[in-house]
Amino acid sequence: MTGWLGSRLIQSLIVLVVMSAVIHGLMGLMPGDPIDLMIASDPHLNAADAIRLKALYGLDRPWGERYLAWIAQVLRGELGYSRLFAKPVLAIIGPALLNSLILMLSALALSLLIAVPLGIVAALRPGRALDHLINAVSFASVSLPTFWLGLMLMVVFAVLLGWLPAGGMQSLSGEASGLADSLRHMALPVATLTIAGIGQYARHTRAAMLAEAGQDYIRTAKAKGCGPARLVLRHQWRNALLPLITLLGLEFGTLFSGALITETVFGWPGMGKLIADAVMGNDFNLALTALMLATAMTLLGSVLADLLMARLDPRIKLR
Amino acid sequence: MPFLVRSLLTILLLALPLTARAKDDLVIGITQYPASLHPNMDSMMAKTYVMAMALRPLTTFDAKWQLICMLCERLPSFDNGLAKRAPLAAGKSGVALTYTLRADAFWGDGVPVSTDDVLFTWEAGRHPQSGVANAELYQRILNIEVKDAKTFTVHLDRLTFDYNALNDFQLLPAHIERPRFAAAPAEYRNRTAYDQDSTNPGLYNGPYRISAVSLGSHLILEPNPHWRGTKPAFKRVVIRTVENTAALEAQLLSGGVDMIAGELGLPLEQAVALDKRADPRFRVLFKSGLAYEHLDINLSSPIMADKRVRQALLYGLDRQGLSRQLFDGRQPVADSSVNPLDTVHADDTPHYSYDPAKAARLLDEAGWIQTGAVRRNAKGEALSVELMTTAGNRSRELLSQVIQGQWRKLGIDTRLKTEPARVFFGETVTKRRFAHLALFAWISSPESVPRSTLHSSQIPAAANNWTGQNYAGYADARMDALLDAIEIELEAPKRTELWRRLQHLYAEELPALPLFFRADASILPRQLQGLAPTGHQNPSTLWIENWRWQP
Repeated sequence: MTGWLGSRLIQSLIVLVVMSAVIHGLMGLMPGDPIDLMIASDPHLNAADAIRLKALYGLDRPWGERYLAWIAQVLRGELGYSRLFAKPVLAIIGPALLNSLILMLSALALSLLIAVPLGIVAALRPGRALDHLINAVSFASVSLPTFWLGLMLMVVFAVLLGWLPAGGMQSLSGEASGLADSLRHMALPVATLTIAGIGQYARHTRAAMLAEAGQDYIRTAKAKGCGPARLVLRHQWRNALLPLITLLGLEFGTLFSGALITETVFGWPGMGKLIADAVMGNDFNLALTALMLATAMTLLGSVLADLLMARLDPRIKLR
Repeated sequence: MPFLVRSLLTILLLALPLTARAKDDLVIGITQYPASLHPNMDSMMAKTYVMAMALRPLTTFDAKWQLICMLCERLPSFDNGLAKRAPLAAGKSGVALTYTLRADAFWGDGVPVSTDDVLFTWEAGRHPQSGVANAELYQRILNIEVKDAKTFTVHLDRLTFDYNALNDFQLLPAHIERPRFAAAPAEYRNRTAYDQDSTNPGLYNGPYRISAVSLGSHLILEPNPHWRGTKPAFKRVVIRTVENTAALEAQLLSGGVDMIAGELGLPLEQAVALDKRADPRFRVLFKSGLAYEHLDINLSSPIMADKRVRQALLYGLDRQGLSRQLFDGRQPVADSSVNPLDTVHADDTPHYSYDPAKAARLLDEAGWIQTGAVRRNAKGEALSVELMTTAGNRSRELLSQVIQGQWRKLGIDTRLKTEPARVFFGETVTKRRFAHLALFAWISSPESVPRSTLHSSQIPAAANNWTGQNYAGYADARMDALLDAIEIELEAPKRTELWRRLQHLYAEELPALPLFFRADASILPRQLQGLAPTGHQNPSTLWIENWRWQP
C-alpha cells in the first residue's frame, strides 16, 4: 500500500511537471501578447514603451527561460502576482475556488441524487416504456447546450415568473442577504449544471446495473431466495458502483476548474471564468496555478477512486 | 373633529416622504470587469467607466465635446495668460501652463488634493519601471513648477493646439501611493493601493468611493464624505458585470440590474430590439459617437493598392441601406474618420453614395473585367479579397456577410474570416498580417488628430516593435504635412481649413473604407434623469452627481 502510494505520488509529480511545461508552452505559442494588445488599443504607445513594458513583464525573454523562472519561483513557494488583477495569485484563486466548489458540489450531489435512482429504475425494466423515457431524458440532458439551458431557465424563472434572481451570487441592492438569498441565487446555475449532469450519470448507472444483472452471483442470490430490493441494493448496486466511482474520480478535477459557460451566463465569479480570462490575457502566474490545481485534483481524484474501489471490491489489490 | 383632522394630517405627512422617496441603490450592468483599478496602468473601458465616478481628471471633454476643467479652476489659455510660449533649444517652442487645483477638491480621507499629488503622479508616470503604459505624456513634461499647495506650472516640450488638455494626467494620492512606489518602483504595479487596498477612501477624490470589490462579479461605490460638489443622489452604486449580453438583458428585465451602461452594454441590434418592444419601464438613449467602424485596408496588397478598386468597393456598398436594415438607421454613415458632430468636420467632404454602375466602371478601368460570376484581370486572376473581423461580435459578423453579398453582385469574391479579438488585435492587425481588409473600430476623443493611423512614420514594423496604428501602410507626403500642420496650428479657423483638406484627401485616397459611426445604447429606467451619454471615450459617469431618481 505504501509502495503503491509512493509510486502514484511520483507518477503524479511527473505528470504535473509535464503538464506545466505543456500549458506554459501552449500559452507562449498563442499569437499576440498583452503588450501587443495594449499597443493596439493605445495610439500613444511608442516603440520605447513596447520595449520597456515587455522587459517589465518578462515577455522579452525566450520561452524556456521564462518557464524555468516560473518553476524556480514555485519551488521557492511563491506563486507570484496576477498580471491582470495585480494581486497575489492565491488571493484571487481562493474566493473563485470557493465559489466554484459551492456551485459544482451542489450540482454534483443533486445530479447523483436524481441520476442514480433513474439509472437503477431504467436498468430494472430494460426496454420498457419507463426505460425509454429515462433514456430520452438522459439524452436530452447530455445534448442540451448549457448556455441555452441556462438562458431558458433564466427567462422562465427570473424574467417571466420573477421567482428567482437572474444571476450573481447575492442581492446587491441591500434589501436581502443571508443564506436564503444565497440559495435563491444558486438555484438557477445549480439547476442548469444538475440537468446537464443527470444524463451521463443515469446512463452510466444503467449500463453498470445491466452489466451486473447477468452475473452468476446475482443468479445465485436469486436462487437462495434473496428479495428483489435486497438483491438490487446489497448485491447488484454495490458492484455497479465501481465504474461510477472511476467516473467520479476523473470528474473530481472539474470541481476545481469550474464551469465556464454556466459561470459566464449567470455572472458567477468562479474558476472557469477566471481560468479562461487568465489564459486569454496571458496571465501566466494565474493560469498556470489554476490549471495545475485542477490537474493535481484530477490526479488526486484518481488515487482516491482507486483506494475506494479497493475498499469496496476485495478482488482489487493495490500494488 | 380636531382629532380626525390631526389624524388625517399625520397620515398625509407620513405618506408624503414615501411617495417622494428617492431610490437609494442604483445597480448598473456592464459587460466587462475592470481588472486593475490603478487609473494610469493599462487602459480599459470598464475601468474608465467605474473610476470616473471616483476620480476626477484634471481636464476632460464634456457631453458637448468641449474641453473643460474638472479638478482645476480655469483652463489655461493664451488669452487668460495662464498659458505662455516657452522657447526651447534648437528654435523649438514649448509651453508653460499654470493650473490651480480646485479649493474644494479632497481625497476621501479628508486630505486636500494638492500639488504634492501632481509631483508624485509625474514622478511615478515617467519612471521607466513603474508599469504606467502610456508614458508619453509624462515624458513630454519637462518640468513642474510648484507655486503653492494648489497652483503649479507644467512645462511641456512642444506647443500643440490641444496644449491645455491634460485629460490623461490622473492624479494619484501621494500620501498613500508614494511610500508604496518609493519602496520598490519596479514592484509598484503589484503594490499599488488601488489593487491591494481598493476600499481605502483616500484613493478617491470624486463624488463616490469604492467601498467593496468582489473580483469578477461586482463593485460597490458609496458617497465620498469629503466630496464638496453636487451631492450625489444614490447611497450606493453597484456595478455588476455580466459578460453574456442575453443574460445581461434578462438581468435588466428581471430587476437584477436597474440600467445597462451605453459604454459597455448591449450590442446595437439587441438594444434596437429591446427598444421596439417598448417596455414602459425603460427608455433607450442612442448616442452616435466617435467609435469609427471602418474597413482597414492592407495597401501592400496589389489589388488594394489601386485607388480605383478601393473607390469601387465603397461605391458598391449601400451603407445607408445597411444602417437602416441592420441598425434601424441609428448609425450615421461615415465619410471619413471625422464625426459630423466634431467641430472640425467638413460638410463638403466627398460622399460615396451607393452607385453600383460607377463601381463597375471603376473596376473595368482598373482592369478587372466581369467574365463570369467573378471579375478577372488580364492574367486571369480572380478579384478575390479576404475580409477579416473579430469572432463573436454579432454586429460585425452580420455586417461582413451583407458586405460580401453586395460585393458579390459586382463580381467580387469576398472570403470572410473571423479571429478571436486577442489574435485579431494582438497579432493579425497589429502586425499587418491581414491580406486585404480588416473590419473594426477606432475610438477617439473630439478633434483627435489621426497621426497614429495615417502618418507614414506610424506604420508598424519589426523595427519599431510593431508600434503605430497605420495598419494600412499608408504613406502620403500630403497627408503627413497636413497632420504635422494641424497639430501645431493654434488658430481655430486655420486649423479647421487644414482639417477640411485632410478629410477631402482621405475621401479621395481612401486609406480605409469608412462605414459608420457606432451608436451606443444606454438602457435606463424611466425614473433616472440627468444621464448624458457623451459619445466619446470620457464616460457619462464623470457627471454621476447629476443623476437623479424621479419617481
